[in-house]
This record gives sequence, C-alpha cells and structure tokens, in this order.
Amino acid sequence: MRSKRFITNTICHILLAILSVIWVLPIFYVVLTSFRAESGSYKSYIWPRGFTLDNYINLFKGSSSLNFPKWFMNTLIIAIFSTVLSAFFVLCVSYVMSRLRFKMRKTFMNIALVLGMFPGFMSMIAVYYILKGLGLLETGVLKQVALVLVYSGGAGLGFYMAKGFFDTIPKTIDEAAYIDGATKWDTFIRITIPLSKPIITYTLITTFMAPWVDYIFAKVIMGNETSYYTIAIGLWTMLEQEFVEYYYTQFYAGCVIISIPIAILFLLTQKCYVEGVSGAVKG
Amino acid sequence: MGVFKKKDQPVYARPADASVSQAFKNGNIMTRLSFFIFGLGNIVNKQIVRGLILLALEIGYFAYLFSFGIGALGDFVTLGTVEQGQVYNEALGIYEYTAGDDSMLCLLYGVITLALTAAVIFVACMSGKSAYCTQFRKEKGLAVPSFTDDLKSLKEENLHAFLLAFPIIGILCFTVVPLIFMILIAFTSYDHEHQPPGNLFTWVGLENFQKMFSEGSKLAATFWPVLSWTLIWAVVATVSCYILGLLLALLINRKGTKAKGFWRFMFVLSVAVPQFVTLLSMRTIFNANGPVNVILREIGVIGMTESIPFFTNPLYAKITIICINIWIGVPFTMLSTTGILQNIPAELYEAAKIDGASAPTIFRKITLPYMLFVMTPNLITSFTGNINNFNVIFLLSGGGPDSMDYYYAGKTDLLVTWLYRLTITQKDYNLGAVIGILVFVILATVSLLTYRRTGSYKDEGAFQ
Repeated sequence: MRSKRFITNTICHILLAILSVIWVLPIFYVVLTSFRAESGSYKSYIWPRGFTLDNYINLFKGSSSLNFPKWFMNTLIIAIFSTVLSAFFVLCVSYVMSRLRFKMRKTFMNIALVLGMFPGFMSMIAVYYILKGLGLLETGVLKQVALVLVYSGGAGLGFYMAKGFFDTIPKTIDEAAYIDGATKWDTFIRITIPLSKPIITYTLITTFMAPWVDYIFAKVIMGNETSYYTIAIGLWTMLEQEFVEYYYTQFYAGCVIISIPIAILFLLTQKCYVEGVSGAVKG
Repeated sequence: MGVFKKKDQPVYARPADASVSQAFKNGNIMTRLSFFIFGLGNIVNKQIVRGLILLALEIGYFAYLFSFGIGALGDFVTLGTVEQGQVYNEALGIYEYTAGDDSMLCLLYGVITLALTAAVIFVACMSGKSAYCTQFRKEKGLAVPSFTDDLKSLKEENLHAFLLAFPIIGILCFTVVPLIFMILIAFTSYDHEHQPPGNLFTWVGLENFQKMFSEGSKLAATFWPVLSWTLIWAVVATVSCYILGLLLALLINRKGTKAKGFWRFMFVLSVAVPQFVTLLSMRTIFNANGPVNVILREIGVIGMTESIPFFTNPLYAKITIICINIWIGVPFTMLSTTGILQNIPAELYEAAKIDGASAPTIFRKITLPYMLFVMTPNLITSFTGNINNFNVIFLLSGGGPDSMDYYYAGKTDLLVTWLYRLTITQKDYNLGAVIGILVFVILATVSLLTYRRTGSYKDEGAFQ
C-alpha cells in the first residue's frame, strides 16, 4: 500500500516537473535571447554563442524610427489618464447600479449586456471618423488624447465586477449613515469608497494595463506616426520584415522590460481579485 | 453627535402619476405647452433657472437643426448626390477636382442628427413632466423647489442622474453612436469600389446579407467554413483549457504533492507576462526557422533543411494555435479553480472512497459535476470571449495560411479577424458590418439564454 502511494506521488511530481518545464521554457527562451550577443534574427542553434547587455542599452538609446523610451513614456501617459477617467466611470456606474433604485435601472443593465456582445472593433471605423470629425487626429499629441478617450469612453459598460463587490457591502451600513443625516452622495464618498479598496485597486490596475497590451485601436489611430506609438505597436513593428534582422534581439529585450512591471501588477491584481470576490465586510 | 451634519431637507411631493402621458392628459395648458416650449411651465411658476436651461437646450437644438441639421437629414436619405468631378482649368492647364458629396460624412452627420433629435425628445418629456410636477405642487399649495434645491437633489434622490451623466455620454459617443453607424453601413454599398470622397455609396437594403448567404458565391464559400472554424475553435479552446486546467489544479492540490506554492508559481509566471508578448514570442518560436524547428532538426526528427510548417499548413496551423492557446489558458483556469476545488465538501470524497470508487470515477462523478455547477457562468464568458478572440489568431498566424477559395480570408481566420481584414485591409466596410451583426446574433443567442438563468443575475440582492 505504502509503496503504491509512493509510486503515484513520484509519477505526479515527475509529471508536474515536465509540465512546468514546458510552461517555463518559452519564457526562459525569451530572456535568453534578450541577452544574445549575435545580431540577426533566426539562428540554427538555441544556446547563444555569447552574452551581452547591449540589447538593453541600445533599446534605451533609441533611434529615430524605433524609439523605445519614447514609446514607453507615451504608453505610460496614456495609461495614467485613461485609468483615472475609466476608473471614475466604472465606480460611478457600478455604485448606481448596485445601490440606487430608479426606473431605467434594469433596462440600462440589459442594454449594457447587449452592447458588450458586439465585437469591440466593429465600431472602430466609426470611432475613427468621429475622432477625425472632432479634429482629434490632426497632430500626434491630439491622437494621444483620442486614444485616451477611446480607452475610457465606453468604460462605464464594464461595471459588473465592481457592482458585484458593492452588492456584498451590507445595506445596514448605508442605512446607519442615512440615520446620521448623510446624503446618498456622502454615503458613496465616505462609506462605500473607503470600504472598497480591493475592488478599486483591481479596477485601477486592470484599466492601467489595457493600453500596454492593446494593439488594434492604437494601430488604427496612430497610423504611421512611429514617434507616438505605444509599446504594443512598437514591439510589433520590430518584428516586421524590414526591421526583424536588426531588431530581433532588442525585441526580446523590450519584451522582458515590459513584462516585469506588468507581471508585478498582475500578481497584485490577483490578490485584490481574491479579496474582491470574497466580499467587502466579513461577519 | 454623528459624522454627518443633520440637515432638514424638505420633501417635495410628486404627483402619484408623474408620467408623460398623464402629464399630457391632466396637465393644464401651460403644462401641455411645456412639451413644445421647454421650461414654460417652470418659468411661469418662478422656477426661472430650471426653465431657462430647458429653453436654452431647445433653442440650441433648433438653431442646429435649421443651420445644419435639416440638410444633414436630407443627405442621410440620399447619402449624397453630387459625385466628385474633374474640371479642366484652362488657365493653369490642369484638371481640378470639384468637391462632391462625401457619403461617409452624410451618413455620420445623419446619425448624429438623429441621436440629437432623440435626446431632444427626451428633454421634451422631462420638460413636460417637470411642468406637471410644479403644477401639482402649486395646486396643492406645497413648496416648489428652487434651483439650489434642484442642485441639492443631485446628491440625494437624483444621485443616479448625476453619477451616470458622464459615463453615459462616454458610452453614447464611443459605443452607441458608432455601433448604430456601423449597423447602418451593413445596408449600404460602402465597399472598396465605393470609397468616399471619390465615389458615392448608397442604400442597398438587404443585398449584402443576400450576397453573404447566396449559394455558390465566393462570400458564402468563405462565410460557412470561417463560421464553422470559429465555432469549433471556441468549443475546443474553452473545453480544453477548462478540463486541462482543472486537472492541473487537482494535481497540484493533491494531498501527496509537495511544495504546492512552488508549482503554482511556475505556472502563474506565464500568466503574468502580457499576452501580446507571449503571442509574439510564440510566433517567432514556432517560425519556420524558429527554435522549435531547430531543436527538431538537432535531434533528427526532421532533416537539417526541413521545417515543420507550424503556421503555413492549414491543419498544422489550427493545431498549433489550439496548443498555444492551451499553454496560455491552462494557468488561468488553474488559478480560478483552485479556490473552488477547496470548497468541495470533503464528506463527498470520503463517502465515495468508502464505496470503493477509483480516482477517475471520483473525478467524473463528483469533481466535474460540482465544478461545472459552480463555473457555468465562467465557461459561457470564456466561450463568447473565444469567439471574439482576436488577439490569439491575429498575433499568431494573422489568419493565414491564405486561401484562394476564400474571399480575403485565411484558413485560421475567425469571423472577427476576417471582419478586421475586410474593413482595414480590404475596405469592404459593408461586408465587415454584416459579419459584425452576425457575430452579435450568435453571441446574443448563446449568452442571453444562459446568462439570464445564472444566480448572480436573478438574485443579486442575496448578500445585501
């Protein structure tokens, strides 16, 4: 009996080891290639002949056409502004949907559900023309404003997660505040918001990450203005035919640089997500 | 002594029947006129500011309508009549373009004018209702709220209007209006041969839908295979990630497994990397000269100059994409199922063991049904998410390998990536819009039917 359990345990551990190798190897390869000394793209061997930090250094020097530091700053600025705007939208809508009762409430929730079912970029062309009509596609800076608006404009529709969280805050707390003479606005600002730190952090981080990983909208709006690119389109450009030979290793260096902060943020959201799902006030 | 200042807020009575139809039926002449001259009832009853704001909105709308809107509506019906022309300028000796109508802008301004009109009708109803309420209060001798009271009510009984105003404006501008616009395009001839401003396009009714479904056309010959691959992909991707992720979670959470945290970390690592980085590097890893082919050559599975066509052979491409998707999706499922697995009552397992059930039977009869019960909503979201999974296909294979039998689609194109190609590269906006509507129909039927049955929708107040 004992030997049988020993055998199953060993088999399980071996299986886990094999699987984790499969899951870690590609990441390891990315890191490895980012330190590769030989330039050029695909090689007929895996292990680099030499190691160097030049890929990272060159990446941060930037060049006129592919300017990584500039892309990084572009994305950071866009991310900050769209985070503030969309977090505001999301929190407002989810509080209203969770706590206030009014006539069109169910209708609004159903409409939000239906709107979410159209492919997101189906409306992209129309958004493009509306932005053009507003004159927001004239210069690179205005295009960045346009991108912020695109990322945060429809954010109010993504209220389900935060609404679910607000639903778990006991109504009795609100009622106690009303008895003390608080208006509903006071309750929102001074009771609900302070109780909702996990979900606010979650909303902030998820919206903050969106501009770093979005490719389509950024590409359509930015077109060929390489100096205003965000990270995602920039890295994609590095793999294009005319650049890949020179930028292949720098591409991997860029991937590593970008992955580290995003990974940290992701692990943070995991913590907040678990707290958010498990509810606000215990007991 | 509370934290909040106690205020005596007067309660303003509302008539029991404050609806638009009642306001029209029971209101006096001023109330009825308020439907046409906004704010009249308010101004007469000394609610000057509120009345003037409503009136200003109306004046603004009509100023817009007469200066621009009527023309826009006329163009909306015809989508432009004057084609861009060429006139020979003898003085300069060159051809000059004369400005024609831009069908695209005609359509866009038409939609915007219609949206504004809808908004004004909404304001008209508000104006009538507000006049009716004021009339009611006057008649009963009750207090009439001043403008400051109106502002205060935004923090109390009208807080929802205050909080929703900006998000809804955002949603209207960046989701609703563009969507209506694209839906309308599905009924026009806006394709690569009718590109404004050079050419006009016009309304064609259901012609595009007919083209998409008519027997023997190239479009139909593309649509059905792409649709079936989309559905196969969505089912396989959802189920494979789910089952394998669940098994992995079980494997890690087994009693006998040591260093659970370490194993979990190994898999979470891949989730933490941004998806487009993973996808782009996977694309290079499975490239014809990428490391996978290099390894296969080294160990002698294939010849030194051969390579396995991971993304260039239709069947291989599909299998590769599904495998990579498993690589991406399994850790996600593992993360989200771990918590739920620990909630399965231990008695169930003990009872099964006493009855002599083997491990696979326990999985099939206890774990899987329990997990399915809890996670059905998740499965539906990931199914619809996979139907719209643009990134995985676009960044990995780009829809390729392209096929000559298809209308600008590749063998691994989903409906959404085909939509992207049709609109961005091919400029057949009308066909793209048709696809978008069809995707919507598929998703709507799948999720409305199932989502509305879930507990969180029906029973949202359970914890309040």
